[in-house]
Amino acid sequence: MITVVDYGMGNLRSVYNALNLLGAEVCVSDKPEDILSADRLVLPGVGAFGRAMDNLRQRGLISVLNEKVLHQKTPILAICLGMQLLAEEGYEHGHFEGLGWIRGTVRHFELNQLPVPHVGWNEIMMRAERPLFKGLASSNREFYFVHSYHLTTDDQSIIAATADYGYEFVCAVHHENIFGTQFHPEKSQNNGLTLLRNFMQWEVQPALC
Amino acid sequence: MLKTRLIPILLLKNGRMVKTIQFDKLRDVGHPVKAAMVYDAQNVDELIFLDITATEENRSTFFDVIQQVTEESFMPFTAGGGLRTVDDIRALLNAGADKVTLNTEAVRRPEFITEAADRFGNQCIVVSIDARRVGYKKYEVYINRGREATGLNPAAWAQQAVLHGAGEIMITSIDHEGTMEGFDLELIQQVTSAVAVPVIAHGGAGTPEHFVEAVRDAGAHAVAAASIFHFTDQNPIKARAHMKRAGLDVRR
Repeated sequence: MITVVDYGMGNLRSVYNALNLLGAEVCVSDKPEDILSADRLVLPGVGAFGRAMDNLRQRGLISVLNEKVLHQKTPILAICLGMQLLAEEGYEHGHFEGLGWIRGTVRHFELNQLPVPHVGWNEIMMRAERPLFKGLASSNREFYFVHSYHLTTDDQSIIAATADYGYEFVCAVHHENIFGTQFHPEKSQNNGLTLLRNFMQWEVQPALC
Repeated sequence: MLKTRLIPILLLKNGRMVKTIQFDKLRDVGHPVKAAMVYDAQNVDELIFLDITATEENRSTFFDVIQQVTEESFMPFTAGGGLRTVDDIRALLNAGADKVTLNTEAVRRPEFITEAADRFGNQCIVVSIDARRVGYKKYEVYINRGREATGLNPAAWAQQAVLHGAGEIMITSIDHEGTMEGFDLELIQQVTSAVAVPVIAHGGAGTPEHFVEAVRDAGAHAVAAASIFHFTDQNPIKARAHMKRAGLDVRR
């Protein structure tokens, strides 16, 4: 079962509908037991970083998510604000601590010529083959974005893809069982469905060390 | 790079798709869910649903349409029409919309924009501005679907709306709407040069070249249209191909 984590941050219906259409058994829930019993997790979200962390905290979900993701290594797909929350900290209307599962900071776009938010379809540039990008045509890697903040990281190993908007920014991260996309696969027509299908079939390889 | 968006608009009344000319002369143009499915098959960049249903009882038909479409289509949806409260917005987002448009209530109560942006993020809030030409290069914002003058200048109002938290502006020329004679480039230019958020141009597109003009000559970040797709043999695929040939960066 895939549990879509409901923590009061935005539109969960599209993610649910997309996974459902692809044949997954999906549940949308904010209950710790539904998160603990899931085979896979989706952490969606739109809205503000600080409020999102507050909502996770108030629902008592942070320790549950830490247990599932960091210890049980359950595959998780974090989308948009969800991906930003993976970072250590965010600067949206203040300074807030994130989940800290990957190295990084979330900052506002610094652009002079281009409008913010970054809204629309943009091409992603893959850094390396990643399991969730399998089957994407090299001629068409457009995904739908809508955001004003983006992740910055000095850990090159986790950057799965970047996109160009005034400058190159990180639009997908991958670390062990954690995959995050700044873009919205559930809003990206066929490319998005390909990525979600890959997520459903993703077998995480145990880390070698 | 970011692609220029081409956005079909679906105007709804009592669950049917309609089309107006200069906000008047309403015609029935078919079933919105079927139309949305066709647009989805054509890989459109986004769809905007605007509801002009007058009575509250019939408003549920609008939600039904959004829900039906979002169950099977996985693309960005913007929806609006008559939104007055944060709860109205939440209901549309829960029905599957990604962004909402605010118009009349935003003018009456600009703090509504802020309430909405604080709650849902400003990337979710599109302020839609309807304007009429009132003199040489002079425009005035109208609300209540073109029935009520406000005394506001569209570019100045767009700036205010952004300060209050709008993440995007849609500018519609009432004079050009439905005429298919081209966008009001002067109006669009005034708004695009006034704000630092994306601007969607709407009202008057009748040929794909009109889309090119709105982007190249007036600085629009996205172009929206309805009549050209209802009443000509144009479709979004052909229109995008034309825009690409004209040198615009659009989706394949």
